[in-house]
Amino acid sequence: MTRQPVRKSYDGIVAAVPVSVPYERYSIESAHWWIARALKGLCEGAGIDHRDIDGFAMASFTTAPDSAVGLTQHLGLSPRWLDHVPMGGVAGVVSLRRAARAVQAGDADIVACVAGDTNQVDTFRKTVAHFSRFAQDASYPYGAGGANASFALIARYYMNRFGARREDFGKLCVAQRANALKNPHALMKTPLTLDDYMRARPIAEPLHLFDCVMPCAGAEAFLIMREETASALGLPFARILSTIERHHAFAEDEVQYRGGWARDVGELYAMAGITPSEIDVVQTYDDYPVISMMQFEDLGFCAKGEAPDFVRSHSFEIDGSFPHNTSGGQLSAGQAGAAGGHLGIVECLRQVTGRAGPTQVEQARIGLASGFGMINYDRGLSSGAVILWGETQ
Amino acid sequence: MTKLPGPEAPKAPPAGAPPLPPANRSRTAHGLTRAAAEGRFALQRCPACARFTYPPRDACPKCLCPALEFVDAPEGGLLVSSTTIHASVDPYFREHLPWRQGLVTADCGPPIIVHLHRDCVEGERVRLSLQLDKAGQPVVFARPATETPNMQDDPAWQEMTADPRSRRILITNGRHPAAPALARALLQAGAASVDVGLSDPDEAFDGGALLRATDNVTPVALDLTDARSVAALAAAIGAEVDILINTADHVRPVHLFERDAPRCLMETMDATVAATAHLAQAFGPAMMARGAAGPNSAVAWVNILSAYALGGHPVAVALAARRAAPRRHTGSQRLYRSRGRRMVPARTPAEDIAVAAFACGR
Repeated sequence: MTRQPVRKSYDGIVAAVPVSVPYERYSIESAHWWIARALKGLCEGAGIDHRDIDGFAMASFTTAPDSAVGLTQHLGLSPRWLDHVPMGGVAGVVSLRRAARAVQAGDADIVACVAGDTNQVDTFRKTVAHFSRFAQDASYPYGAGGANASFALIARYYMNRFGARREDFGKLCVAQRANALKNPHALMKTPLTLDDYMRARPIAEPLHLFDCVMPCAGAEAFLIMREETASALGLPFARILSTIERHHAFAEDEVQYRGGWARDVGELYAMAGITPSEIDVVQTYDDYPVISMMQFEDLGFCAKGEAPDFVRSHSFEIDGSFPHNTSGGQLSAGQAGAAGGHLGIVECLRQVTGRAGPTQVEQARIGLASGFGMINYDRGLSSGAVILWGETQ
Repeated sequence: MTKLPGPEAPKAPPAGAPPLPPANRSRTAHGLTRAAAEGRFALQRCPACARFTYPPRDACPKCLCPALEFVDAPEGGLLVSSTTIHASVDPYFREHLPWRQGLVTADCGPPIIVHLHRDCVEGERVRLSLQLDKAGQPVVFARPATETPNMQDDPAWQEMTADPRSRRILITNGRHPAAPALARALLQAGAASVDVGLSDPDEAFDGGALLRATDNVTPVALDLTDARSVAALAAAIGAEVDILINTADHVRPVHLFERDAPRCLMETMDATVAATAHLAQAFGPAMMARGAAGPNSAVAWVNILSAYALGGHPVAVALAARRAAPRRHTGSQRLYRSRGRRMVPARTPAEDIAVAAFACGR
């Protein structure tokens, strides 16, 4: 049964002021500090005082014991709309969706969507050990390989079933590194060759070193407001053409080989009124390259099982035939905890408003950013995507 | 009146103790612990819709019935994916890398992340079992469905089991009625050798001839009532004992009002309570230190307990009292677990029958 889209459009609601707080591999600062810097960046970018922000959607793994409520007092905010989005890699899309509806309904005028995490010496182990109850009971005690082991199982199955090779994953990683070298804030600063990729040490087979993101500290943020607010503030903005969100789709799959996007992709393009071929720049959620390949399929750029051929027949650099993860993505820019889910949206916003600087894709008008998150046990449960359209260039 | 201290909070393992696998589990997950301890493979099943579920949940994902029960489940499954982990965030696994992990579709339905035997192959069938790991926590292990050569030698499997194969074993009191049968069974199961403690190795007793006639059984001088004797044996073989089976015993049924009761009680206490303490002092530290030392780890300390440890028949009052000692020792398994060694309480019907016979005879 195909569901008829009955959803209201996001007409008149825009995203603006992309902010990235440059990442650091380790930080002695708290998540609060990183989130504060992102908020400061938003205010400076918008020319407003942070007390003008009346909506706040926060995502982080490391603010404990504080939730978003505690952050309001800590940072001197007094919002009339508040959301804590503990959804990891899909928190960016979810924050954007919720914020857009809140502004549309008049519950808030300017919503700051902020994700920030710190990375102290034992932060990563703690996050992995306490990630979920199922992880605590049924995956962490089996080698404590964290997400690497879980995605290794998914990658191995995908390779066996669809004939993907390590070289295919490597091609994406090499292209993203090339993109990252143009992004002054990317953590990875040295070129990567396919040979380097193939010879890297194993982490959880078939995954090797360059298949894995580097955990780090950092923050990403953007604002959601009405178009007239953005115009009054003189801000470049992007319209929200369409969004989707899904949790725990395809429970029947013995091993995950598709995400929730596959269930909602029809609605994504129907609501936007475009086809996949009209997308100029794509930011997938790249915690591992196999997940990016899954998104090429599930977001309609090729059919299921055809991503290996798709990868072999395209180039993914900024000036390539399929510009992809133009800031270097998480694989080469770093994964700042929950900010990994905002990274693609922020870069997409820069691209479609023509403000990506050294990573700018020529004539980029329509961009897609997707999110993926929460390996609760054996699979990533949450998926989302947004299509942004930039007009004012 | 002296106030007894309350239960101690769990302490961090002492410095130098070998690391253990992650031990945190939800309360519900401990349904698996019971099955693992009993050697059964059990998963939760919904009493309303009969569907098996895993990982442990508090409600059925199909019908939301909130009363899931742990029941025996089919042991078969299909290995649908696998990985070999080379980098781990946990200190225990870091010492045991590389480590295989698999994803199995159980015949009864749910996907199960497992410790994977090295001979398992993707796309082939596996046999699932619940094991207690070095932290005493339940884990699912997958072995090939059919026997492979030297299957027991898998390093991950050895971490999950207290297999007597190739182990040196000490039975502390050879005069225990179960000792000859225990020694033979352990050797049949592949034990390298069995040392049997005897206070006077030359004295004849029931079963003594049988013990001496068994290959690879060595009688050793051990007077459990004498700290120096226990220490001397520990100095000689303590570093090599992998499995210690404590059969310290002294059956003298006596009623408290009988004339000889005090002396009889003291003898019993000496032969059992003091014996357990001497053994713990002499053999405990070395075995604990080897708790997670790879293939050379000390694998078990078994206290043979009687059901009389749990209560007291009038004539078995001394038994009940003195049983409290090894029982308490067994109860201190949290401490032992902190060093990765298994503490196995075993209750012997044979002994209980012997005690019961004495009681009935009066």
